[in-house]
Amino acid sequence: MIPLSWYLVLSAALFSIGFYGVLSRKNSVAILMGLELMLNAVNVNIVAFWRFLAPENIAGQAFAVIVFAVAAAEVAVGLALVISIYRRQKTVAADEIDLMKW
Amino acid sequence: MTFWDDPIALIGQWIVDLMVQLNLPTNLIVFISTLVGVIVVASFGLIAVIFLIWLERKVAARFQDRLGPNRAGPYGLLQTLADIIKLITKEDITPAKADKIAFNIAPVLSVVAVLLIWAVIPFAPGWIGTDINVGVLYIAAVGSFGIVSVLMAGWSSNNKYALLGAFRAVAQLISYEVPMLITLLIPVLLARTMGMMGIVEAQSTWFVLLAPLPAFLFLLSSIAEIGRTPFDLLEAESEIVAGFHTEYTGMKFGLFFAGEFLHAFTVGVLTAIFFFGGWRGPFLDQLPWLGVFYLMAKALLGYFIVMWVRSTLPRIRIDHMLAFNWKFLTPLSLALLIVTAILDKAFEGSGSHTIALFAGNVLIFLVSLVALRQVSRRQQAARKPFKKRKVAKAPAAGKAS
Amino acid sequence: MTPIQGVFLITAAAILWSAYMVVTRDNLIHSALYLIITLFGVAVLFVLLEAGFLAVVQVLVYIGAIAILMIFAVMLTRGDVDKLEQVSIANSGFVAMISILFFSTLILLMGQWPAFSSTAPELEAGRDTVVELGTALVSPKGYVIPFEVASVLLLAALIGALYVARPQGKGK
Repeated sequence: MIPLSWYLVLSAALFSIGFYGVLSRKNSVAILMGLELMLNAVNVNIVAFWRFLAPENIAGQAFAVIVFAVAAAEVAVGLALVISIYRRQKTVAADEIDLMKW
Repeated sequence: MTFWDDPIALIGQWIVDLMVQLNLPTNLIVFISTLVGVIVVASFGLIAVIFLIWLERKVAARFQDRLGPNRAGPYGLLQTLADIIKLITKEDITPAKADKIAFNIAPVLSVVAVLLIWAVIPFAPGWIGTDINVGVLYIAAVGSFGIVSVLMAGWSSNNKYALLGAFRAVAQLISYEVPMLITLLIPVLLARTMGMMGIVEAQSTWFVLLAPLPAFLFLLSSIAEIGRTPFDLLEAESEIVAGFHTEYTGMKFGLFFAGEFLHAFTVGVLTAIFFFGGWRGPFLDQLPWLGVFYLMAKALLGYFIVMWVRSTLPRIRIDHMLAFNWKFLTPLSLALLIVTAILDKAFEGSGSHTIALFAGNVLIFLVSLVALRQVSRRQQAARKPFKKRKVAKAPAAGKAS
Repeated sequence: MTPIQGVFLITAAAILWSAYMVVTRDNLIHSALYLIITLFGVAVLFVLLEAGFLAVVQVLVYIGAIAILMIFAVMLTRGDVDKLEQVSIANSGFVAMISILFFSTLILLMGQWPAFSSTAPELEAGRDTVVELGTALVSPKGYVIPFEVASVLLLAALIGALYVARPQGKGK
């Protein structure tokens, strides 16, 4: 069968790729995509731990459901902010949105 | 068991025995028998499309007081085949600078999204593709593949109008998913399970008697989901050219076309399952596979209603459509969900369960009618009166030029 | 190599390849489409982990809503179509080294944990995790408080997103 290590390595790799995406992209929407990858990796991790170590306790799946809700809320507000910034500054490059610096 | 008890299980057993005789490993036998099942269910859907397109053309023609196709084959039955041959032999144009991979995948994804629904449809007691315990949510989830395919089609065509059409289409599709899902929760609530077989088995009284208004709302939002008149702004020829499939020719357009008809029929099947009892009917104890015919009859009735609505009503404008959804359908379906939940728990197990739920629905229907009346009266009063303008006068009679 | 292991390996390869494509493509719509493949792969993983409800919710929420929202946001915030805008930073090699270092540190630390290579215990047949999850999410001895807080969070996000993104010019 599939040992736990395979799932953990996969979710660590997915998290690192998302991490690279967040740090190496200028476009704000691309940064949010990297963030989504990280959230998915965390979800896979939670559910893998639930299945392998404590399947009788449904807390693992409940936690994952809450993570879904939080991720959806965060993406909605984040993209609303990005669109609002685009309307004002006509750019979404993260290094050009420095309104608070003089 | 004789042949007439359960023909599918008998044929399946025969195939498995054949493979055991060939000494294949067990995993491969399971895989191949599952694959045969998948091919049968998918082919049923795809072959049904051929019949459905003919049916649609005949029925639409009769509504318009004409005959419909009657040249190609007896009663025009081979018309769809002729159309398929025509579409295959048409030139397959890909626009320059179009995104080739997305352009080619979009129609396939659109048909796949509809075929995936057929995996969880219960045809008869014991005949179902796979009885997952989250069947209802699965149906909602694969609907989102169809939405992604519309967006891919519109964007990859490299055409402003296709993109605008795709935006409008996606706005309509994701908006009408909300009342559809909420009204889908009502049969789930009444059946205490999300599995499709469980919902059909719990319908000793058909759910349309317990919840008539949600059935109507489900049909309405599903008609909007499949993009049929009166909600067919997305693809009507007089509107935004042809919407998101402007640049599709030949068989790719044929795939979109076939996918839409199959989706319309699937909506009929789903309405039959959730509200009209699915495969339930007389004589099921002796011949269980009669359920297929009952389901198909009810589904064809639902499909007829969809075609009837299509041939009768005019198109709705996109802003009216979205306002109708968010300001009327969503609050109404939420109210129905709450009232159904309360009444179902209050009258659980008592004899007047059906009457109470039916009365609750009628009450909400009357309240919403009154509310609509007030709103439309207010809108009428606020409308600006028509200013009289000068009209050109016709020349006096006898003064011929 | 059992078939389930083969399925897992193919899914894992698809997830990691499309995740790499998400973070390296310059064309952001391609990025979003690869993100859809990644999200679907994660849904397949949930099915392998016997969490069928989560798999369906993943497709419904992530692919059906979040990915579409991302595609809309990319299309609405494109600058001049002719001007090539920079999507990635200049020296991303340094960042690549950092994330590889991060990944190896994680694997090293996890490898020293004794239960790292444990196998899955058998779930008793006939257990309905969906019913358990539903009961847990609304029972006072369960997780009703996080559930309600998440609902309030979603309401706040709904109102906030509507307010932030509404068209300007009304109050001028």
